[in-house]
Amino acid sequence: MATITTQSIPQTKTTPAEKRRLLLLMGPPVLALLLFFLLPLGVMALYTFQTGTLGGEMSWSLETYGRFWENTALHRLLWRSTIVSFQTSLWCILLSYPIAYYLVFRAGDRRMTLLTLIIIPAWTSYLLRILAWKLILGTEGLLNTFLLWAGWIDEPSPILLFSKTAVIVTLVYVWVPFVALPIFAALERMDKRLLEAAADLGSPPWYSFLRITLPLSLPGVLAGFLSVFIPTLGEYVTPLLVGGVNGIMYGNLIQDQFVRALNWPLGSLMSLVMLVALLPLFFLFRKSDQVLQ
Amino acid sequence: MINADKPQRKFSLSLGATYFALFTLFMYLPIALLVIFSFNDSPTLTFPLNGFTLKWYKALWENQELVTAVSNSLLVGVLSSLVATALGTMAALGVIRFDFRGKTLFLSVAAMPLVIPAVVMGVAMLIVFTHVGIPLTLWTVGIGHVIINAPYAMLIVAARLAGFEEHVEEAAMDLGADYWATLWRVTLPMSAPALAAAFLSSFTTSLDEFAVTFFLVGSDTTLPVYLYSQLRFPSRLPLVVTLAAIMMVISVFIVIVVEKLRKMAN
Repeated sequence: MATITTQSIPQTKTTPAEKRRLLLLMGPPVLALLLFFLLPLGVMALYTFQTGTLGGEMSWSLETYGRFWENTALHRLLWRSTIVSFQTSLWCILLSYPIAYYLVFRAGDRRMTLLTLIIIPAWTSYLLRILAWKLILGTEGLLNTFLLWAGWIDEPSPILLFSKTAVIVTLVYVWVPFVALPIFAALERMDKRLLEAAADLGSPPWYSFLRITLPLSLPGVLAGFLSVFIPTLGEYVTPLLVGGVNGIMYGNLIQDQFVRALNWPLGSLMSLVMLVALLPLFFLFRKSDQVLQ
Repeated sequence: MINADKPQRKFSLSLGATYFALFTLFMYLPIALLVIFSFNDSPTLTFPLNGFTLKWYKALWENQELVTAVSNSLLVGVLSSLVATALGTMAALGVIRFDFRGKTLFLSVAAMPLVIPAVVMGVAMLIVFTHVGIPLTLWTVGIGHVIINAPYAMLIVAARLAGFEEHVEEAAMDLGADYWATLWRVTLPMSAPALAAAFLSSFTTSLDEFAVTFFLVGSDTTLPVYLYSQLRFPSRLPLVVTLAAIMMVISVFIVIVVEKLRKMAN
């Protein structure tokens, strides 16, 4: 993902006319962000201090906090979701690093075209790509019936759909191209002469990779990792479609509080806890992303 | 380059190319399966394939609910993408061409909708709309889509604005055009491919946005919401797959156009 660097353009003193232009240009976007993004988050934070059922009597209290604190099942689920997101992000890195490496060091002039080729599916429908995996992984699904038909297995294996593994496989599929991008960017801007210098000094290629290429690509790896980890921690659509009971994530319980349990204060608090936990990572992501510019 | 490890290089080239090919297959195979099974003459989605048919496409064509969902999605997609592109362009102009206090803060906050979990945005907006008394309709969905898409539109347009020299604008102003005329007659036309790319990528995102939409949609349906509701019925699966195949092909097509436009822009 691209970011805009804030290194300022040398600028003369702003005139009143320029101030007016700036106000007219920035006013609407700032207002939209305030009204429909920051205000909702703020109201959600306030909502955590409410108790009572929706539509009924609501009052201010810390009861929701107490309930969240005591509900260790929620904490365990948050931890489990963290592990799922972590594993997903890790797999994304492992799978896409060789891709980025291949494109930058071996693919020559075709690298931009090839990069676009693997990015295209990533920009297509999120829901449909999850759906495709639901069809592939099911007991009656494409993978099982294909393997049966081809004679590679004797009976359908039900382990794939409705499991944590199914969630991770699907999430990796959905996110992996986005991870290739920042690693590609990091490798692309690396000074390739360093490798030649190292080789001239007798360094074998694997050693040059460990000491030069890998360290220099770490900002890209970090940006890629976080660009998956942050959004997937609250994922609920993928577990809903392919996760089943065993693949349930924290996001599903948040959704549940709003849709079925109608405990909006608890849902707000769960959502707030996750957001607050993610904020430091978000700023780390911004930093690592800016290094790539 | 180095001669000593040439044989190894050749080997790793083929190894890398093989891995790349497998990876590309992994990316495209699920999409291809959707398309293949949309033509399969069988009410279940299982191998072996049963022969070619267009009946699922015909059935989709005759489905009234689907027509409503599609027109709702198109309406929300076009309007929200226009607003997102306009807001994103304004922000890009402000951020790239001006210096102001709070710019870093603005950029940080504007980047948040790009990465924070959709469920957080969805429930937060749901709470506010409910409390203010705004009924959940396609309008609330549209507002959600604008917040999701405007930051990305800003990045696309900003990349273009940073790419061309301000001198062109200064020249126009020296020749007597005022700021807004310059913007309208010089800056924006020069950014046209980026604006189109921003609009189209917003549009594709809007067309298939589900995670935030789910909380904001009320009793209306958009295409993904309809698709999701059909998943409960096994007998509808071939229709779902056919619809998915169509949406997929359309979005792949739009994405390719967007990529071309972005290349033109930069």
